[in-house]
Amino acid sequence: MMQALHDVLAPFGPQAAHVRELWLLTLAVCTVVFAAVLAALLLALLRAPRANAQSSPDLSALMRPEPGKRRSVIAAVAASTLLLLALIAASIFTDRALARLSTEGALRLDVTAHQWWWEVRYVEPNVADSFVTANEIHVPTGRPVIVTLKADDVIHSFWLPSLAGKKDLLPGRTATMHFRADRDGIYRGQCAEFCGSQHALMAFFVVADPPERYAAWAAAQRRTASEPTSEQPVRGREIFMRSSCAMCHAIDGTAAQAVRGPNLTHVASRGTLAAGALPNTPEDLKRWIADPQQTKPGTYMPATKLAPEEMDALVGYLQTLR
Amino acid sequence: MMATAGSALRIAALALFAALALCACEREMRRFQTPPDNRSSPRPETPRTSTLQPAETRDDPVRMPAGNGEGYEGNAYNVAQGKRLYRWYNCGGCHAQGGGGMGPALMDDQWRYGSEPAQIFSTIMQGRPNGMPSFGGHLSEDQVWQLTAYVRSMSGQLRKDVAPGRADSLQANEPEAARDREPARPGAK
Repeated sequence: MMQALHDVLAPFGPQAAHVRELWLLTLAVCTVVFAAVLAALLLALLRAPRANAQSSPDLSALMRPEPGKRRSVIAAVAASTLLLLALIAASIFTDRALARLSTEGALRLDVTAHQWWWEVRYVEPNVADSFVTANEIHVPTGRPVIVTLKADDVIHSFWLPSLAGKKDLLPGRTATMHFRADRDGIYRGQCAEFCGSQHALMAFFVVADPPERYAAWAAAQRRTASEPTSEQPVRGREIFMRSSCAMCHAIDGTAAQAVRGPNLTHVASRGTLAAGALPNTPEDLKRWIADPQQTKPGTYMPATKLAPEEMDALVGYLQTLR
Repeated sequence: MMATAGSALRIAALALFAALALCACEREMRRFQTPPDNRSSPRPETPRTSTLQPAETRDDPVRMPAGNGEGYEGNAYNVAQGKRLYRWYNCGGCHAQGGGGMGPALMDDQWRYGSEPAQIFSTIMQGRPNGMPSFGGHLSEDQVWQLTAYVRSMSGQLRKDVAPGRADSLQANEPEAARDREPARPGAK
């Protein structure tokens, strides 16, 4: 499985750092307010009229007007208003600071959320350079990334805690967010809006690489699938094209051009299967194809029953898709 | 006396509510396991009628339907799933939203190859002359039954509480649950 960072309190980019500051301030204010309310409650309990079994309680205090009643109410209202205004101001300044970050020369991504995986389209100025991948986003370090967010079916939420905040993806609307990874590494993201039975298994990974390594990766992703040469992968490709696989998945450069499931042109280069649910090993791939409901109950991928040698050939072919 | 009548009424209301709640259980029930391997059941095979197929063509025979779609037409989840598959696999490319276009209409009572679930299943699996592709082996039988159930909901053949009441995407006609029943005339041309 991919070792990835998923930590709200460990920012690795300017966006996440700003959000963390706002979060710390909110935590501090809420802690102070909570402590003050508890202190007031404690004080009231201590001042309450006491009684024991023999004597009736002394209720005379209830008849006397409370000294300084107006003053404490005014002080409490004023303190609440000021603290809330401070939080609003901090939120506005955070938003402005995020909006002012440079997006000069940004990498553009279109992310579409599906039940239950992420489609990622790299939008290049030259249309022929654009390509599609799934569940794994590679970005160069130090370069801003503008992400356009769309949903295919229900509301999802794109949450990338170590690099940016969280943004909802609404069907029929587009939202944008941007982030920048300052250090290379693998960062984990997760859908953060309940979107159906497989919501918890809808993860994605952002792999931040130095620019030259990213460029090499992108160049590899732009290539269409290479022709298999040995006998087993050729047989595997035939099985792929003749069975239910080709109804939902695309492999660029072949007859499979469906868009309902993840694009598999470079599936073997990805670290995980089924949106982070399984490590991408031949054994897990076989298990996933034969019985997806076992791993991800509710998934829309149908089970494909194949004879063992057919399954070996199919997975052998998919392993060549690097 | 009043108290007894009141509590009897309350018990009757509770019983009615429980019965209504139980009715709803099966209707939406969703399967989270893989349907049994459809290769294992012995069933006669029949040749494909169409060579039109997605991706690469295959010429092996397809299997005849087992039963008449029991368990699919009474289950709202399966019908809704059929509606999703109808869009995913671009059935609308020829049949539109049931009104027909390049292919025949599906929401009237004119059925060239039969309107029984088993006949529709065979039509999807075998394909039909003049353009209906053969999907046998390209789709799981489970998906074909779901599509069959949805196709029948288009002409109001299913119960109102099972047929889809809304669409995931824009739909120009009224929801399947609100359609008048077209009395299917088997064999009608």
